[in-house]
Amino acid sequence: MTEVKRHRSDTKMVPVPSHSIVPERDVNEIPVLETRHLGIEFGGLKAVDDFNLTIGKTEIAGLIGPNGAGKTTVFNLLTKVYEPTSGAVLIDGKDLHGMSIVQASRLGIARTFQNIRLFDKMTVEENVRIGLHNQIKYDMFSGILRLPRYWKQEKRQHERAMELLDIFGMQDLADEVSGSLPYGAQRRLEIVRALATDPKLLLLDEPAAGMNPHETEELMENIAKIRDQFQIAILLIEHDMSLVMGVCEGICVLNFGKIIAKGTADEIQANPDVIEAYLGKRREGGK
Amino acid sequence: MTKAKRKRLIYNLITFGLVIAAFLILQNMIATKSISRSLKGQLVPICSWIVMAVSLNLVIGFSGELSLGHAGFMSIGAYTGAIVSGWLLAAFDMQDTTLRLVLAIVAGGILAGIFGVLIGIPVLRLRGDYLAIVTLAFGEIIRNLVNVLYVGTVDGKLQFSFLNKNLPENVTMLVDGAKGAVKIKPISTFTVGFVLIIITLIVVLNLVNSRAGRAIQATRDNRIAAESMGVSVTRYKMMAFVTAAVLAGMAGALYGLNSSTVVPTQFTFNQSINVLVFVVLGGLGNVLGSIISATFLTVLPEVLREFADYRMLVYAVVLILVMIFTNNPTTRAIANRLFAPIKNLFHGKHKESVGGGDAK
Repeated sequence: MTEVKRHRSDTKMVPVPSHSIVPERDVNEIPVLETRHLGIEFGGLKAVDDFNLTIGKTEIAGLIGPNGAGKTTVFNLLTKVYEPTSGAVLIDGKDLHGMSIVQASRLGIARTFQNIRLFDKMTVEENVRIGLHNQIKYDMFSGILRLPRYWKQEKRQHERAMELLDIFGMQDLADEVSGSLPYGAQRRLEIVRALATDPKLLLLDEPAAGMNPHETEELMENIAKIRDQFQIAILLIEHDMSLVMGVCEGICVLNFGKIIAKGTADEIQANPDVIEAYLGKRREGGK
Repeated sequence: MTKAKRKRLIYNLITFGLVIAAFLILQNMIATKSISRSLKGQLVPICSWIVMAVSLNLVIGFSGELSLGHAGFMSIGAYTGAIVSGWLLAAFDMQDTTLRLVLAIVAGGILAGIFGVLIGIPVLRLRGDYLAIVTLAFGEIIRNLVNVLYVGTVDGKLQFSFLNKNLPENVTMLVDGAKGAVKIKPISTFTVGFVLIIITLIVVLNLVNSRAGRAIQATRDNRIAAESMGVSVTRYKMMAFVTAAVLAGMAGALYGLNSSTVVPTQFTFNQSINVLVFVVLGGLGNVLGSIISATFLTVLPEVLREFADYRMLVYAVVLILVMIFTNNPTTRAIANRLFAPIKNLFHGKHKESVGGGDAK
């Protein structure tokens, strides 16, 4: 954690050691996600600083930390909502520098949002169909003139949307207006919608927030199932430690915008820095 | 067929059915001469305003951007229509009025579409209030530009002049600066107006229920989420904006060719606001509502003529009352209860969700 902050032009020259959380991974394989000295400043405040993280194919990783640690900011950097002020993000070895949110999405990065962002006036199925926007295409004129291509592709979209909704058993809700769904169902729909974009890396921002313990457990199983079925990498932010410890193979702890620890669930739980960040420092000679 | 699809199909059928039924009834009334003169004169303008309202609804209701310059596109269409119609008559001696009208409408749509692209490129990067202000400015710029535009034909050739009337002696004026488009041969017909409404409905309703239309609505509901799904927001906002501009240009050509003169002051900011009122009154994203409110509010001032001085006052009061009645939750609940027996007739024992509201 002592590297000097490098400028973008330097980052490619300097060989960066493997930062993979799970050490036994194949080092020759190009990771799905790699960040190099990633950082962003807001008016002099370093919200994220020197963030190095590597996630391999089909890895489930967790990003945890106290409130305000900069976790969602990291997600916003990875998806190009923010342009980093230093460092680089690589998806499948491709630098995201200067790309838009849309371009990042087309490279295979999909996300859900901490404060749910569904298209709430549209139905559940339509929400998923937006996810399929770049997967099953036809042009505007086929749509207006109802050409054969429209009917064919609409049918494909419908079938695919139903398949995806089936992951969470949400087929029955397909015609409901998404804004009227219960909270937990909205969170699940966001995951389905993100999966529809056929991502390589799925970012989940507090997927279990507002869910009861039973729902959380179900979600945990589903996250593992999604990884196996779609063969994708997943990075999740979560405050529910049972979920993080239960499903994540590697965990990265963030505090004040800096990584303070990386490792497996057991390593993280035993790490004194992590305990301090969450619970505060033990007072010398306390009662 | 799914529930949502069926609901949409019924809505579309009602919309088309109502327009076609109204057309047939009015045609019958014209044939039997049982229609008042003032209403007959209003038929083509009503068609234009319906197309204006439905197209603006595409921008405001579906893409969620407030555009206050829609009358600008209408004036481009009106002037282009007048020029093209006059030129076709002078150059080719085209006597077929319907063909001339159709060509003029197409030309009006194309030119308005080109302006839509030119305005859209810088403007659609702005959001919310800023976009509203810039489109407002655009409407005013168009009005001032046509104010100093001089177009005439010399031996069947079009001659343009800007700022001052710099045209040969033997010119036949088509557009004469502040006097507007002059000596237009009114060729608009109710039938063409009706066909234009049907085309507008097909374009808007089919677009809305397609991949592109869903993308347009997604950018309205949540910009960041739409982008994260790989939907290019600017592209789809542009699509809605330009489509609406083309339709407004067509409506403008139809409107312009309905009278003998078109003057720039017909397409002021007030006119844009008027169309906005149609859209808001009819309901954002509600095409059928736009049609009804455009018709109602175009006819209303004429009907209110007997109130003379109080005409605009009554108009305003009616507007306020209708807005309150359609948008106040209490009055809507009362209306729902009153109409519930009728609704149940159509939907069988359709279960109404009780209470609830927006669960957020």
